[in-house]
Amino acid sequence: MTLFGQTLITGLLIGGIYAVIAIGMTLIMGVMKIINLVHGALMMVAMYICLVLFKSFGLHPYIGMIPAMVVLFLIGYFLQKYSIERVFGVETILPESQVLLTLAMALAITEIVRLIFTSDYQSTYTPFSSKCFYLGGMSISVPYLVSFGIAMAFVAALHIFLTRTDLGRSVVATAQDRDAATYMGVDAKRITNFTFGLGTALAAAGGALLLPIFYLFPDVWHPYLAKCFIITILGGMGSTVGALSGGLVLGIAETFGATYWSPGYRDVVGFIIFVLVLLFLPGGLKKVIGR
Amino acid sequence: MAKKNWFLLAILGLGGVAVVAIPPFLGGYFQHVLILIMMWITMATAWNLLGGYCGQVSFGHAVFFGLGAYGGGLLYLHWDISPWWGMIVGPLLAVIIGIPIGLITFRLRGAYFALAMLALGETFRIVFTNWESVTAGAVGIITSRTWGAEKLPYYYIALAIAALSIYVAYYLIRSKYGYYFVSIREDQDAAEGLGIPTTRYKLYALIPSAFFTGLAGAVFMNYIAYIEPHLVFNLSAISIMMILAVMLGGAGSLWGPVLGAAIYTILSEALRAAIGPISYLVFPIIACLIIMFLPDGILGDWDKIKRVFSRKKPVHVGGE
Repeated sequence: MTLFGQTLITGLLIGGIYAVIAIGMTLIMGVMKIINLVHGALMMVAMYICLVLFKSFGLHPYIGMIPAMVVLFLIGYFLQKYSIERVFGVETILPESQVLLTLAMALAITEIVRLIFTSDYQSTYTPFSSKCFYLGGMSISVPYLVSFGIAMAFVAALHIFLTRTDLGRSVVATAQDRDAATYMGVDAKRITNFTFGLGTALAAAGGALLLPIFYLFPDVWHPYLAKCFIITILGGMGSTVGALSGGLVLGIAETFGATYWSPGYRDVVGFIIFVLVLLFLPGGLKKVIGR
Repeated sequence: MAKKNWFLLAILGLGGVAVVAIPPFLGGYFQHVLILIMMWITMATAWNLLGGYCGQVSFGHAVFFGLGAYGGGLLYLHWDISPWWGMIVGPLLAVIIGIPIGLITFRLRGAYFALAMLALGETFRIVFTNWESVTAGAVGIITSRTWGAEKLPYYYIALAIAALSIYVAYYLIRSKYGYYFVSIREDQDAAEGLGIPTTRYKLYALIPSAFFTGLAGAVFMNYIAYIEPHLVFNLSAISIMMILAVMLGGAGSLWGPVLGAAIYTILSEALRAAIGPISYLVFPIIACLIIMFLPDGILGDWDKIKRVFSRKKPVHVGGE
């Protein structure tokens, strides 16, 4: 029973952090309707920015995430404006050229980072990195809990932003129907650039939350990118509530797979969920929740 | 028109004689590069059948490459059978596992198909890494090379397979199948409306595609004599590079993948020799530039290239 509870709690806490990264992805996919493979690499860049701030100024990643988010917002904004926008809607033989473009960008960014920081594993050791407390025989790690709390705060803030403010509503409108939004006076191109920046900033936040828990190297983003897709497909495109529930479900499912099956197959659990959802629940959890 | 056909045939014939007659006089390294070129031509042509003609952009063809390589490797590991039998078993394994994969993933469209294939590719890599009792895990399988350091026999085998793959692609795209494939690529709903059983024809494109990718994997296994999951199920070095080679040459044409694979291999070897590890950075940047400026590849955008060069100005074309 303790093992069960421990697995559930660890899964829930890590799932919350996945959710923040995935919400960035789901916003971008919802508005642009393309698959964005550069998301994970940009998260990795944010993690390196936090690392540098930590190493040179002693800024804790939870504080360093603010400048990192600003920088990543700008990177995302200009990447979309000057590069992805160019191939958006161009007629080609292969319809997936945008997907390939984002993937090539991701590989290029990884190599640039590798040239600067080398492939060595790095980590930020903060005073409470290894602290934990016990709750009925189950240990709860403090950095996991704090990261989870910040992640939930971000999700809540984003939800309020999307439902209560003008700009947020324009983003949702563009995601729902680009043409209709344009007729209502929304500048869809500007909103797309903004959304790409916002989504990237959220990925930066997720990366910064992961930094005190995990280690960092240039290829660290591969599994997180895969998780983002699984969550986006699981939750339904463009839905914050869907991404949140998808993130928690994936976190719990993975942790159970690692505990009761084999740690090596942890990522396979996610892929199985992914293919099953694509086949049997095409709209994702969004359909089930009814939003 | 007839004159032009003769001209093309003459070039083809000369090229054919050249690729058969010249390699014995080259050094070992150049023979190695030629073997790689032939292997990549086979893989790019195979990918092009499913991706370029049928429009099903697969991000997971490393699955078939890896299965083709592991077919022979597993025979050798468990029953001590010569890995050359892998040239038959490997591709068949790729096809046998490819059919259920196709039946599942062909229900998805466009980018979702690409993602599902990407997920499957990664799943196979993880399973082959962890299933140590069967696959020897990350340790890999080492075999011994039949001809030692001699490269020429491998070259002629790779050449024959590349030629066969091009012939099969040529035969398929000139038959009814080719037109069905292109109609599925251009508009799946319209194709369905015209009475084409789209899932079945996608499978008809997948089967030769998986077979030849597996065959290239089997050649790789016998030539390199060492396989491990991260080598043969690699996402960025196998799956993605197959797509890039096809896109570089021109998707949906017979000779585009051949040209793309040759340029890709020569460029990667030359860059690696010239600038070392930075070549891993140059490649994705070249890919970005190709997609942004020549989205249909060198053959597909030939008119665009000619237009740029006919203005007598020093203009740079995407990264070349």
